[in-house]
Amino acid sequence: MTALTVVKAGPLTLIQDRGRPGLSHLGVGTAGAMDRGALALANRLVGNERGAAGLEILFGGAIFASDRPVWVAVTGAWGSVTAPGRTVPPNTAELLNVGDSLTFGPAVRGIRYYLAVRGGVDVPIVLGSRSRDTLAGLGPAPLRDGDLVPIGADQVDPVPPVDLVPLDAPFANTAVIEIRPGPRRDWFTQDAWMALLDSAWQVSQRADRSGIRVEGPTLHRSMAGELPSEGMVPGAIQVSPDGAPTILSVDHPVTGGYPVIAVVTDASLDTLAQLRPGQRIRFRLAIGR
Amino acid sequence: MNILPCGDRALLAEFGSLDETMSAFRALDTARPDGVLELVPAARTVLARIDPGRLSLRAAEQWMLGTSATDADIGEERSVTIPVRYDGPDLAATAELLGITAHELISRHSGAPWRCGFIGFAPGFAYLAGGGMDVARHATSRQTVPAGSVGLAGEFTGIYPRSSPGGWQLVGTTDVVLWDETRDNPATITPGMRVRFEVADQ
Repeated sequence: MTALTVVKAGPLTLIQDRGRPGLSHLGVGTAGAMDRGALALANRLVGNERGAAGLEILFGGAIFASDRPVWVAVTGAWGSVTAPGRTVPPNTAELLNVGDSLTFGPAVRGIRYYLAVRGGVDVPIVLGSRSRDTLAGLGPAPLRDGDLVPIGADQVDPVPPVDLVPLDAPFANTAVIEIRPGPRRDWFTQDAWMALLDSAWQVSQRADRSGIRVEGPTLHRSMAGELPSEGMVPGAIQVSPDGAPTILSVDHPVTGGYPVIAVVTDASLDTLAQLRPGQRIRFRLAIGR
Repeated sequence: MNILPCGDRALLAEFGSLDETMSAFRALDTARPDGVLELVPAARTVLARIDPGRLSLRAAEQWMLGTSATDADIGEERSVTIPVRYDGPDLAATAELLGITAHELISRHSGAPWRCGFIGFAPGFAYLAGGGMDVARHATSRQTVPAGSVGLAGEFTGIYPRSSPGGWQLVGTTDVVLWDETRDNPATITPGMRVRFEVADQ
């Protein structure tokens, strides 16, 4: 069996694919790679099928080794990623030789690296997906030092002859997130709506795969009272009773009882995956229907 | 019914009551067009997640407005019977809250035509309505409620699919497995399903 050895797992390394959509009515959220585009690109770079599972590596500090020569690709966050004697550039396929270790230094732009291995990560499928849902505790456990990550046969194409995909690094300074009005926009004052759009917000330390709490002005309600729990989507900006917004992410609870003032557009969801605590963000109203 | 915006890939339909929400969910679920990825019922709402490449939000809105107003033929209803040992630690106190005897609580709970409104809190945790009882939940949650505990809270009854913290009034226990992610149908109770409880042999 071909496998990657987890020499060091780092703070949080998870197996993720495209998640398990369609089960929210049973209480199970989608999960999957937070930066969907980054995992899709990594899979494409090593000739994997689109649904292949890869690794989502939070912040860095992880080291992997292979028992066989294997093609890999690193996407998402930018930082120092090295193999013995060389730098592994982002967004390109790289052949890892037997015994070569692949070392992820701290991310300097963005915060989540994605690692695709040609053939995909092959762990048991749970409810149609190999993804870890950190909230529901479903799917493969977070990787630990010494684990073996089995490599499967999910390659469908040759490794494409692309030297490098020219992509911008994740936002270094102020990230811009597009939003649309949420179902409970009318529970908030007009001032709260303007404050959401006009303020410089800051990503708090409380940011994970369930939600990202952001700090800034208090968003005041125009309506008191409690909301019966209702279905939530990734990107829903939920405002707790203290007036602080949290942007729900891929492992969010399927229902929630805090009013949603706005919802991040699908195109901006991947940006959420790369937000760093302390980073500034601005919300911009998406135009058109 | 009100249709509320929910970003560029979802709509939230809001209803006046749980009953209305439950029948609208069944009608919508029976007549799902291509491009509806998920329907998520809750106490007063049904969330529809849409793939706009296959169904525009405008078309989805028309479908929701048109469908939930009608009484769609929902075909044969799924139902399940759950045997319960009425031995919960809150049985006597809950009966007292309701001003009835424990015996009467057992007969009402096992005699009522419950129906699953929605699932929330944890995978497979079904909120069942239709018992005609309304009890406050505990002010402070228990640290651990064992799997299979049958509880009451508000107008709902529910069964803890796995051990977790919880604040429902616990009236009984069942051996039925409510959630098993290795099954094709992991949840024993799904939204819209009819549920009856029966007194199990001790």
